[in-house]
Amino acid sequence: MADQTTNAWPANAGPADLISPGRKQLGFAVMAVATLGLLAVIALQILYKSEVTTLGFDTWRPIVYAYILWGVALAVGQVLTRGEDGQRALFLLPALLFTIAMVIFPTLFGFYIALTDWNLSSFAGRKFNGLDNFWQMLADPYYRNALFNMVLYVLAVLVEYVIAFGLALLLNAQIRARKFFRVVFLLPLMLSPVAVSWMIGKSLMEYRFGPAATLARHLGWDNPAFFSNPITARISIMVLDAWTFIPFMMIMLLAGLQAMSRDVLEAARVDGATTWQTFWQVTFPLMLPVSVTAVILRIIFKLKLADIIITVTSGGPGGATDSVSSFIYREYRDRSNVGYGTMLAMAYLVLIVVFVTWLLKFANRFVRNVN
Amino acid sequence: MSVQTTDYVASEIRSPVGFLANRVFIYGALAFWAFICLFPIYWTITTSFKTAVDVTQGHLIPFVDFQPDWKGWRSLGLSPDSIFQTSTVREEFFKRFMNSVITSVGASSLAIVIGSLAAYGLTRYRYQFAWFKNEDISFFFLSQLILPPVVLALPFLVLYREVGLLDTRIGLILLYTLMVLPIVIWIMRDQFNSIPVELEEAALVDGLSIWGAFFRIVMPIALPGMVAAFILAMVLCWNEYFFAALLTSTDAKTIPVMVASQTGSQGINWWSMAALATAAIAPLAVIGIALERYLIMGMTAGAVK
Repeated sequence: MADQTTNAWPANAGPADLISPGRKQLGFAVMAVATLGLLAVIALQILYKSEVTTLGFDTWRPIVYAYILWGVALAVGQVLTRGEDGQRALFLLPALLFTIAMVIFPTLFGFYIALTDWNLSSFAGRKFNGLDNFWQMLADPYYRNALFNMVLYVLAVLVEYVIAFGLALLLNAQIRARKFFRVVFLLPLMLSPVAVSWMIGKSLMEYRFGPAATLARHLGWDNPAFFSNPITARISIMVLDAWTFIPFMMIMLLAGLQAMSRDVLEAARVDGATTWQTFWQVTFPLMLPVSVTAVILRIIFKLKLADIIITVTSGGPGGATDSVSSFIYREYRDRSNVGYGTMLAMAYLVLIVVFVTWLLKFANRFVRNVN
Repeated sequence: MSVQTTDYVASEIRSPVGFLANRVFIYGALAFWAFICLFPIYWTITTSFKTAVDVTQGHLIPFVDFQPDWKGWRSLGLSPDSIFQTSTVREEFFKRFMNSVITSVGASSLAIVIGSLAAYGLTRYRYQFAWFKNEDISFFFLSQLILPPVVLALPFLVLYREVGLLDTRIGLILLYTLMVLPIVIWIMRDQFNSIPVELEEAALVDGLSIWGAFFRIVMPIALPGMVAAFILAMVLCWNEYFFAALLTSTDAKTIPVMVASQTGSQGINWWSMAALATAAIAPLAVIGIALERYLIMGMTAGAVK
């Protein structure tokens, strides 16, 4: 961790020469001792767990404490050796060490688990089995179905976007009680998806007495079973998810509308443009950057969709509504299949990293081309 | 989609009939969506006061359709007649409630502290770690946002078991901090960018240290942004279900897990489910209404340049 803080600001600092060699040595000594200590504790624990030595800890928790102590020592060392530059590094260090410990290590570990045959409920324990999980995954029709569902769920974002844009326009119009409507429209976002699944999915859309079912009967749908047929079940899940997340896009779009300069709209009106023309030729193009940000953020959240499906349908009927996350969740919960489940998750991670990277590139080019 | 921002449209429409139609359409649409937003909440709250018959017959309006009853709340031990008696369900509920409060407040606070520091460093100084520059470090933090919980869940399940953090609130706090950290950094970067550097330069000339300038000068100005980030983080943590369902079992279970686990095998007790759902969403509904300004500020940070 030798992050060099080049001294960009302020210009008057030149502290490197003010640090005495003794202080510098002390700093390096602190960092060296801490690093050696951390490595020693890890080595000791590995030996203990592989039953080479009898000296060690029951759990790996001391390693966590050792890592924290090492982080503190690293921070002290930075300040001692690099003075003000070190103090600047301190701003970044906690978040960096935290994220590295919490993401990099578990992800690498995850890639390892993905290559093992490991069922928590069997006595056999963990067994390395190479790419077996991967071949199994390629042949798994349920996983493919879950991926296909994710495509549908992501496409539903476009419909949500249209509704959110409409609502943002409504809220931006000259209306009374704007604050009231804004709060009310925002409310669904605050509610826990699990409670929402219960309130709407299980109760409001309940086949026999739910008000939504009653309404559907009045409108002429004889058999309003929202979750029994694959297609209606998917649509119901999309509607539930849209209900919670439309406010999110709406608020971003509303902020965009409010930031738009009045002069442009005024100019369009003076030129004799109709409302419809003004919208398509002025408002919409100007809103494009905000729209793209909102849609991309929404897609990123959509890719994590799980809570609603787990609580309302548990993937049913017959896996028709499964998202990747909910499918893997059940793979673990029902079958304790950690190895295979992790392989599915890792494959998903790779897929969405590729997809989101492409999406960001595409969106960038799209926005640039239009403007 | 033909509704346009009306402050200039209205003046364009000369005929009073057209104006009236426009108004009717706008308020009609607003009322319709308000109904869509509010009806499920209304349904939940009223259902918590219904008896079995009222639920199955789909009664909607209290005192007209049905006589409200404390049944749902009694089963939680929260109705007027049962509140002073001992109730295991109520104890359980408060335990879960406290778990939710502690984990979401703890995680949001931790994320605000380390996230604000990192965001400040990234907006004010130039770092280089190997070939990683500021933009790369920012991207590294923000890219955590696309990491789906399911990728981390299973490794964490195994790791937490080894480290002894499974089913503990600390374990959840750490994970939730990770989950909201990118959002906090995103919001706070926007905040610090809007504060002029000259303020700190003046503070440094006056003899404050780097950290002194941060705490005494920058932080007070950035406080509203911090509140916004905190509230948004709170909402996300409070509603989190996936990690909580996988990583907790008895001690650290949070409210969403309790709500989800109620739908047992022998049918659903609609009234008690409704009461529980109401109690689970009430705190956030109150926060949302009271602090709506901050929520919007947090959500729109960096969206509009």
